[in-house]
Parts: sequence; C-alpha cells; structure tokens
Amino acid sequence: MAAACGLPLAQFSGRAQAQNAARLYDVPRFGNAHFLHFTDCHAQLMPLWFREPSVNLGVADMSGRPPHLVGEAFLRHFGIKSGTAEAHAFTCLDFEQAARTYGKVGGFAHLATLVKQLKAGRPGALLLDGGDTWQGSATALWTQGQDMVDACKLLGVDVMTGHWEFTLGAERVRQVVDNDFKGKIDFVAQNIKTTDFGDPVFPPYVIKSVNGVPVAIVGQAFPYTPIANPRYMMPDWSFGIQEETLQQAVDEARAKGAQAVILLSHNGMDVDLKLATRVRGIDAILGGHTHDGIPAPSIVSNAGGKTLVTNAGSNGKFLGVLDLEVKGGKVADFRYRLLPVFSNLLAADAEMEALIRKVRAPYAAKLGERLALTEGLLYRRGNFNGTFDQLILEGLMAEKDAPIAFSPGFRWGTSLLPGEPILMEHLMDQTAITYPYTTVTDMTGETIKIILEDVGDNLFNPDPYYQQGGDMVRVGGLRYSCDPNAKMGARISEMSLAGKPIEATKTYKVAGWAPVSEAAKSAGGEPIWDLMARYLRGRKVVKPLQLELPRLKGVEGNAGIA
Amino acid sequence: MDQTRRNVLRAGGGASLFALLAAAGMLQPEAAFAADWNQKAFAAKNVKDALDALGAGNPANSNDIIMTAPEIAENGAVVPVAAESKIPGTESIAFLIAKNPTALAASFDIPAGTEAAVSTRVKLAQTTDVHVLVKAQGKYYMTKKEIKVTIGGCGG
Repeated sequence: MAAACGLPLAQFSGRAQAQNAARLYDVPRFGNAHFLHFTDCHAQLMPLWFREPSVNLGVADMSGRPPHLVGEAFLRHFGIKSGTAEAHAFTCLDFEQAARTYGKVGGFAHLATLVKQLKAGRPGALLLDGGDTWQGSATALWTQGQDMVDACKLLGVDVMTGHWEFTLGAERVRQVVDNDFKGKIDFVAQNIKTTDFGDPVFPPYVIKSVNGVPVAIVGQAFPYTPIANPRYMMPDWSFGIQEETLQQAVDEARAKGAQAVILLSHNGMDVDLKLATRVRGIDAILGGHTHDGIPAPSIVSNAGGKTLVTNAGSNGKFLGVLDLEVKGGKVADFRYRLLPVFSNLLAADAEMEALIRKVRAPYAAKLGERLALTEGLLYRRGNFNGTFDQLILEGLMAEKDAPIAFSPGFRWGTSLLPGEPILMEHLMDQTAITYPYTTVTDMTGETIKIILEDVGDNLFNPDPYYQQGGDMVRVGGLRYSCDPNAKMGARISEMSLAGKPIEATKTYKVAGWAPVSEAAKSAGGEPIWDLMARYLRGRKVVKPLQLELPRLKGVEGNAGIA
Repeated sequence: MDQTRRNVLRAGGGASLFALLAAAGMLQPEAAFAADWNQKAFAAKNVKDALDALGAGNPANSNDIIMTAPEIAENGAVVPVAAESKIPGTESIAFLIAKNPTALAASFDIPAGTEAAVSTRVKLAQTTDVHVLVKAQGKYYMTKKEIKVTIGGCGG
C-alpha cells in the first residue's frame, strides 16, 4: 500500500521535514503594520484531514479566475509546483497519497505555535478571526461554543466577526461578547442592525495601534445569516450587504485617523471582489465564508484606489499573514502569504494542548465511539456532492425509507482516509448544528424543481450579491441535469427517479435534515447524528462510495472543474 | 444600542402611545388621507397599468434616484425599501412591485422644500423587480432593483 503511494513517509521526515518547515514558515517581516488572519475554522481544535474541492465552478465574470480554479489550473495560476507540500495544501491533487506523505493539517495547538512564531517577529501584530469559529464540532455544540471562546482567548484573537456563531442564538452571542470577550476581543459587524429602528448591534469597527500605526478593522458579518440559517435564532437582527453603511464606517475611521483600513469579512470571495469595486478606502479585505484557500490576493481597483481581496480557507488549515508598509499616513506597499498549517511541522503549543485536552476530557468516550470503518476516502467539499454527503444521503434514504434525499450544501466538514474508523466525533464534524432535525416531506415534482432552482441560483447567480455561498444541495435517488450558466428556472432539467421522468403534479417522499423553519423545530425530527450513528453501526464497513452527481452542461473548459 | 426608545414603547404600549402622541398633536391621522387617493393606480395589476393610471407613461431611467433595498429579502412579508431622489423639483416618490397582485405599493407626496427621501416596508409575493418612480417638475423618472425571495437554508 505504502509503495503505491509514491513518496514514502520516510522521505518527508528528518532533513526534508526541516527544509519544508523552514521554507514554509520562515516569513521575513515586511513593513510596519501586521495582521494575522484565520477564518472558518469550524471549531476544529484537533489536527485533521481536509480535501480541497475538485469542483468549484465560476460563472459569468467569475469563470476562470480565483477562487474558481481547482487542481492543475490552480497550481498554474499561482505558480505552485506539483508534488509539493503547498500543492497538497491548496488542491485536491493526489489527495490520499499526499495526505499520507505530509500528515494532518490544522489543530489549535499547532496554529498557536505558528501565531506565536509570527508575532515574535512582528511587533504589535493583530490576530483577526473571520468567524464560523464556534460551530462545526461536537464539543463546540455541547459547550455552546465555550471551548472555542476559551481557545480563541488563549490564542490571542484581537478582533472577530461572525456567521454560524449566531446559530447558537442571539442571546448566547451577546453573552459571550459582553462577558468573555469584554476588554479582550472586539466583535465588530457594521452590517448588523436591529430590525425595528435599524440601530447598530455591535461596534462597526475598532481602531487599534499596530506598532504605532493607527489601523481600523471594520467588521462584515455574513450578510445572509437569517436566510441561509434559521431566522428564529436571531429574530431581531437584520444583516445584508449595506454598501452605504460600510462606506460611512470606512470614512469615519479614516477621519478618526486610521492610516490603514482592513475589512474583516464573512461575505465570501465573489461578494468581496464585487464589493471592492464599489466601496472606497479599504486597503485589504481579509475574507472567509467560501472556504477558498487563496495564496495570493486579488488586487481590485475602485474610485478610491486599490483594495486587496483575500480568502483564507477553512478548518484551521491556513493562517494568512498580511504585512503593510504604512508611510506618510497611507499604505505604500504590502506582502501577503497564506501559510498552510502542517501539524507535523509545527510543535504543539503546550498551553493550548492542555486546554484542548481539558475541554475534550468529559466527552472522550462519546467522541471516540467507533461507528464503522471506511474503505474509501470520505470528504464533503465540492459544488455538487462529496462522499461524506453521499453517505448521509444513503443513510437518510435507508432509515426514512424514502426514494429521494436532500442534504444541505455545507462547506465545512473534515475528511477521512481509506482504512480509518468513522468515530462519533467525525460524524459530528459533518452534522453538529443547532437545528439537526431530520424531516420527511411529500413534495410534488414541481416543488422539487423549485427547490433545486432556488439553491442553484444561490450558488450560480451571475451577480455575486445574490449568492449565499455554500454549495448545491446534495441529492440522493433523484437524477437531474444542471446548466450553471443558464438563468434561474432553466438550470435544472431531465429530473428522473429510477429511470422514470419526474412528473410535476406527482408527489414524492423526500428525506432531509437541517430545516430552517420554526415549524420544523417544533415538529422536532430525530437529530441527523442519531439517525446516521444507527445507520453506520448497522453498516459496519463502508465500501468506496459512488457519488450521485448531476449531468453538467456548458462547463467544458471551465477551470473550476478537475 | 439605544434602549430608550424601546423602553418607552414597551412602557407605553402601542395603542396608548399612539393616543398620547395624537393627543399631543404629534400625529394627525386624518392628514394621511387628505391627499387624493388614486384608486385606479393602486388597483392596477401590473407595472404598466399602474404607470398608465398615474399618467407616468414611459418614464426615463435615472441614476439620480438612489434606491436602498436588500438583494435577498430576510423576510418577504416585510422588506425594507428606501429611495432618495436627487432630481430637482421632486414632487412624489412611488414604489411599484412587478410581480405583486397589485403593483403600486406606496406613493409619497413630497412637499416643496422637503428632503426627497422616503423609506417604507413592502410585502413581496415572490422574487421580483421593485421600481422606484419619481415625479419631478411634471416629468417621470424610474429606477429598479431585483429583490430575491428565497426558500433559504443550505448556506454556509
């Protein structure tokens, strides 16, 4: 087995390891204002596997440009050599083999070491957290995000914005911000206002002195939180993309003396690229949400000058380093690196390791329950389906006795290598949300079509401001064709079930989970993790899975598909 | 966040506060109905018929109307929309919703010397273009924006 994997493990030990560590993490200091950025870690405290997507299609103007590049096209665009540690970190190429070579990624104890190393050479450097930090793992769910709140305080986060945080409920977010974070971490979001009077809920920005340079960090929370996630969890707050409010915040911060303005954004990269053409005075957008690990910033021109747009991946796999040279009251030059966090190349920070051990201890038995063994690679990320979602679809159809299943197109969720056990912890990595209810719904063919078109438009609308991020709903049982470049209403066609065309007026039984309506909450379906744990215990061994994928139209030559 | 207004409202209660303000002369309920009510325009089933009933004909597109509205509605039943007209001599601002059963949702008369900026909340039956119609010095101008009403979920 190891021989078939090309580079044997031994080759990445000793000298090679030291060389890799030096090449990756010896980042010379530049300029006089420094920012470290991580985002969308989804509460992953432990090192993990994470396969980047092989399908990340861009439509309209977004086709063929970052972030919509995968595999070889990605390497070519950014000048990364294939077969290197970087190629493994940023792409899905030879994933299993490269994963075995380079080892796990992320883990807060390893991230902490990297943060400390970089801070040591960068006086006053700020650590920015782009959000989706308190959700995505069993322990975050069971502690209402407290494990992550404590870990982030220890990591030394200075400023944060949010998205999935709000699915713990508005009150819980307030409680953390007003107590745990008080005097330590600034939670900023200029685009969250009360639904009644339109009053700001959080400070729009914060001005900090970095190495004597006044800089502003403006917050942009995920604009479609009450739409993509349950409205009832934050009923009194309105979000959205509010260019005028943002412009006012930037102008106000400048007027107060900020010499550099950073937007800490949870918009998603396509939205940020558009926003950067329209709002003036932002030097850099440090972005997240769409989980794109992009090694070099896009430079966007607007009426006020130029804005850098970055996206820093997910799952604690990357740390962004932005160095600005601020001269004569403004930004004169920059350097940016997105560093992959290889757990084997960065010693675990003892203090962080101790904290993680402490928060996990009460749950050790539950987390470690072995549910089944996987013989194939399990992963989630990709526009249309991933093997872990395929497994969930099969579990839903079997347990609910439904011919069709839907599973949401989440972009978080870790990967597992062939031959690894599927532990309860891994199942929770795919399902740990505060609205985990499973559902069975009778839907007409017409309703099914409307749903697929609706989600498809959230992903492939040619105007990024109309996109919600996330991927296409995963579909089991039902076959369909998808033309991402078509207009809403015309993207989905040729729907069939067991070889028979879907009829508009006929009713079909559809299983699903993660409903956003309050009615579904009161109906209280079995949590997805209970259903899947039962299914996996019965299945024992999961053979390599065949992905159910739509037939795609009009994507030939698109650099977003490998 | 300014809690004062909320506390006043809570303490007063909706109806009694309204009565208090009315008694104090701060609200004049009858004033809202003083203007001519264009029954035909408000009953029109589509944008074209509504424009005809208003006598607006085929308004010119204008970049001097600034419309503020979400791209995607958080709740289709109450969508905040606002418009500001920079066209000199603005007399009225109206909101028309292409795919609602009746298109004309609201029309505001702008007295001379008033800042031509209004905001309201509208109900959207489905994803639709929302138009802002401005009448200025007897001429009509328009701008529009698509607002999506989506099923939600599946994000992130």
